[in-house]
Order: sequence, then C-alpha cells, then structure tokens
Amino acid sequence: MDLRLMVDSLPQLLLGMLATLELVALSGALGVVLAVPVALARVSPRAWVRAAPLGYIFFLRGTPLLVQIFLVYYGLGQFETVRESVLWPVLREAYWCAIIAFTLNTSAYTAEILRGAIQAVPPGEVEAARALGMSHALTLRRVVLPRAVRMALPAYGNEVILMVKGSALASTITLLDLTGMARTIIAKTYKPLEIFLAAGLLYLLITLVITRLIRRAETHLSTTANPRPKGRP
Amino acid sequence: MDTPALEALDIHKSFLGHEVLRGVSVRARDGEVIAILGSSGSGKSTFLRCVNFLEVPESGTVRVGGEEVRVRRKRNGYAFDQKQINRLRARVGFVFQSFNLWPHRSVLDNIVEAPVHVRRIPRPEAVARAESLLEKVGMADRRDLYPNQLSGGQQQRAAIARALAMDPDVILFDEPTSALDPELVGEVLGVIRRLAEEGRTMLIVTHEMGFAREVSDRTVFLHQGRVEEEGESSEVFAGPASDRMRRFLSGHLT
Repeated sequence: MDLRLMVDSLPQLLLGMLATLELVALSGALGVVLAVPVALARVSPRAWVRAAPLGYIFFLRGTPLLVQIFLVYYGLGQFETVRESVLWPVLREAYWCAIIAFTLNTSAYTAEILRGAIQAVPPGEVEAARALGMSHALTLRRVVLPRAVRMALPAYGNEVILMVKGSALASTITLLDLTGMARTIIAKTYKPLEIFLAAGLLYLLITLVITRLIRRAETHLSTTANPRPKGRP
Repeated sequence: MDTPALEALDIHKSFLGHEVLRGVSVRARDGEVIAILGSSGSGKSTFLRCVNFLEVPESGTVRVGGEEVRVRRKRNGYAFDQKQINRLRARVGFVFQSFNLWPHRSVLDNIVEAPVHVRRIPRPEAVARAESLLEKVGMADRRDLYPNQLSGGQQQRAAIARALAMDPDVILFDEPTSALDPELVGEVLGVIRRLAEEGRTMLIVTHEMGFAREVSDRTVFLHQGRVEEEGESSEVFAGPASDRMRRFLSGHLT
C-alpha cells in the first residue's frame, strides 16, 4: 500500500469529486423540474394524459444508464440536422451529453417516486381544500405537492445516492469526474488499488453527507414541529 | 319574500346503479339550523356532499343566496362550471367527520390558507381574524401547534375555525362528533351550539339526538334516500308523525 501516493493524488481526486458533485447537482435539479410535470401527467384524471409519460418512463427505467449516455453522446451526432443545428456546440460537449442523459434518467425515477407520493396524499385533505373553494391548481400547489414532497423525501434520498454512483459512468465519455480522474491517475501510476480505494472513500463521504442532508430535511419538513428535541438520539 | 340562504332541490344520486338519493329537497332560511337525521345508509352524508359538489348530483338544483348552480349530464360525466362551483364552495363551509386538517401546516396556517389564497385577503388581516376565531373556539393558545399535536376535539374545533374563516353564508356539518372519543364530544357540540346562537345558517348531519333536538330549528329525517319526515324540531321530536322516525328516535334517545 502506497499511502503516500493516495495522499499525493488527493488534490486531483478532490477536483474530480467536485466535477461529480456538479454533475449530480445540476442534473438532479433539472431532473426534479422535469419530474413534476411528468408525475402530474401520471395522476391525471384523463386517460390519454396518463398514458403519455408511460413510454418515457418505461424507456428510461428499462434501459441501462450507460446505453442512454452513449445514445446521447455518440447517437445524436449521426443526424445531420443535429450537427447543423444551433445546439450542436452544446451537444458535442461530453459534459452536456452527460447532463442530458443523467437528467432524463433521474427525471423518470423521480417522477415515479413523486407519483406514488401524490397518490398517497389522504383524499380528505384534498377534499378539505376543494370544499374551501380552492381551485384544482391551487390545491395542487398548496396541499398536494407540499404533502407529496414530504412523503417522497426518503425515497428521493435513495435516488440521489444512486445518481452519485451512476455518475461514475460519465468517465466513459471522457469526463474527468471522480472515477474519470482516478482512471487518469492510474494510467500514469499503475496503482489501481490505492487510487480506486481513495476514490471509493470519497464516494462514501459524498453518500454520508447526502444521507445526513436528507435526514435533516425530513426533520425540518416534518409535520410535527420539533419531533426530536436537540441533543437526544 | 326573502331568498332562502340555501336550497337543494330534488337531489338525485346513485353509486354503481344503487340509488342513494331519490329526490331530496332541503331549504334553509337565513339563520336557520337544520338537523339531518337518519340511520346509516339513508343518504344523509351523501346529500350534504352533494350540496357543495364534493359529489356531483345526477340531477337537482342547488341555490346559494339565490345563485343557481347548473349541472348538465353528459354522455360520460357531467358538464359544470368549475369556477362557479369554487365560488359556491367559498360561501359554504364544510366540516368533516375526520377533520381533514392539513398536517403540514400549523393550526393558524390551516385557518389562514383559504382566506389568503382564495379570498386574497392580506395575510396580516387574515391572521388577526384567525386569532379571534381561535379565541372563539377556545384554541387561542394552540395556534402554532400542528394538527398531529392536538386531540380530536381540538382538531375539530380548529377545523370549524377554518370553515368560519371564509365567513360562509351556510355551514355544513357532516357528523362532526362521530370520530371523537365520548369525552371530547361536548367541547365540539358547545362550539356548534354557540354558532347556532349567533344565528348562523347550518345543516348538521348528526347522531347526537339530544343535541339535534336542542339546537336545531327544523329536522329532516331521511330514509332510503327520501325525506321521510320533516318539520319543526320541537314538534318532530315530541311526536314524530311517521312510524320509522318514531322507531329511530326511540332507538337513539334511550
């Protein structure tokens, strides 16, 4: 074990970790924005609106993330119209291809988590809103979504962790995320054990922090004020 | 002749082919308290829910303060003006058997929600009104608690304050004490009694016969989706005209 090498490569690995965090944060945020309308369509009273997102979710959950990344990164460039479009400067960047693939992928999972939570909101609470004269949209905004988000939070934390680990696939399209950086260092040093171990520890650190953050958000958004006094387990 | 505060005329409703309401009509004058009685399955809760369109009646007319809500039957559902129904609901308070407070909002925020977002009253004004309502239902010291931290009786009193906050013309009570422990029933009935004394127009579906007799001006007794008996409460309770009502009362008053 070359501990010295692990410490020496830390600055570079931290740079990679930063890239990983950026990928996850950006595509996570975009994914949530995309997931809300998809989830709302899934619970629509109209059958054809409900059916619309089914194919979207089926495809994105049913194919490997790696395949989706390759489809965006290698696939899109085959179309002349794409190459000639104004979006090409963006679409030829590996970074944006990764963001697009991750965003689409996580939006499908998040939409399903959110759909389940929306359906779990007690109907009586919705009726109470309607009985006070609240419109459908207002009820959604003030009662259904706030309640659903609270119920979805634990499952969503899981999705974020899966996303952190899935983001390692960005290294397959030349991105220097944490895994990509580790592979670059290994190519120069031929010390896979030390470097991957260090990278793995950094992934653990990210997961640990995210778990904590989600738990704190759950407590903060809990439906009882201060359910746990400070300083007790 | 003054317009009744609320009219629900010839209301029909069926679920899966089973006729729950077969033409029920109730008129409430301004300030009148009407008790709606009946054994379970008589359609009294369904009737109340039809009045503010939580269930859409198959046919019938609902008028609030003279404004008529029109519902047309379509091939695969109903056509109605959702805006008009929302407007009607804002004028008709509804108190549920199971309270249905929003657990993610404090008591105060539950009460302030609709006045601020439906009526668009400035929040400080709505809060001031909510506080006086909480005072009235004896919950002033609970304003910042969450529904989960309250007893059933307290939750129902908060729910009544939430309905009152919209300053409704009529309040509908759907078995407001049926989900409560016996020792908590009194505090909720006390609040409703005070509202009756204030001259509020109310329709109350209840199983509390003593309370219905004492508080209501008129009583409507439903049986199998029809009005079986109707009249001044003092007379109906003293000497019911129909056999069914007599049997129902003797079953409940003992």
